[in-house]
Amino acid sequence: MSEAAAVMHTAAQPAESPLTPESWGKLGMWVFLAGDAMSFGALLIGYGLLRHASTNWPLPSNVLGIGLTAFMTFLLICSSVTMVKGLEAVKNNQRSVAKKYLLLTALGGLGFLGLQAYEWTHLIHEGLKLWENPWGSSLFGTTFFIITGFHGMHVTGGVIYLLVMLSIVSKPTTALGPGWAYNVVEICGLYWHFVDLIWIMVFTFVYLL
Amino acid sequence: MADAHASPNYWMIWLYLFVLTVVEIAVIYMPFAKIIIAILLVTLACYKALLVAMYFMHLRFERLTLGIIALTPFILCVFLILMLIPDIS
Repeated sequence: MSEAAAVMHTAAQPAESPLTPESWGKLGMWVFLAGDAMSFGALLIGYGLLRHASTNWPLPSNVLGIGLTAFMTFLLICSSVTMVKGLEAVKNNQRSVAKKYLLLTALGGLGFLGLQAYEWTHLIHEGLKLWENPWGSSLFGTTFFIITGFHGMHVTGGVIYLLVMLSIVSKPTTALGPGWAYNVVEICGLYWHFVDLIWIMVFTFVYLL
Repeated sequence: MADAHASPNYWMIWLYLFVLTVVEIAVIYMPFAKIIIAILLVTLACYKALLVAMYFMHLRFERLTLGIIALTPFILCVFLILMLIPDIS
């Protein structure tokens, strides 16, 4: 390295002002979520375009079970609250409370996945396939399974992520409080709330509209 | 840094989200014109998403630039919709 470059390098240090002073990981998660939001955005816009162009698109509320999915929405909203409560407990150094809330959050996600599996099975038995269905445009099934499936995979990843956080918080050697453990649980929370946020959009566009 | 703000009342946000979901479901059975229902649903969904981002994801208490990063996909989605309009008309 030349001397000039070395001087520039040291000079650049004081000007550095991280967007997320807690950790770079948090900024990394936000950037990832912004990218992921674009994937979901493109899927939902594509859905809108196909539906608009179609002349025989079934009315989703006639085919899909709104009651069951409303309950699934409720489960995810509840699991978002248990997530923030869990993070609060990590911050306050309450290990057993944090474990309880993180476990509840993971269970909320598992409940969501169980209900989605039930919903898919039911709809497939009624004739909803990726390539055809008895109610109208074949793309109705294609878009339904791809969008809800893509979201369901995010929930699956989220549950695994939460279980990892649970094991970190459970270790008696892990120091809680606003340090490392707090930071990683906060980042996990960002992902989990994002999955909830996306479901709010999917529920509205694919089920209600 | 994280202690700079009092933590919001999360149960209140939960209640808002719950009530707004109930309102959304009620809206689809209302005898309004389709376009009115669509506008209402999209508005409600965006408001719910905003609540989650602002309070659960703490965006309200972060730096503005982080908010701009979070807003980028929405701006690009609006741009994508505008670019697709010639195709659907």
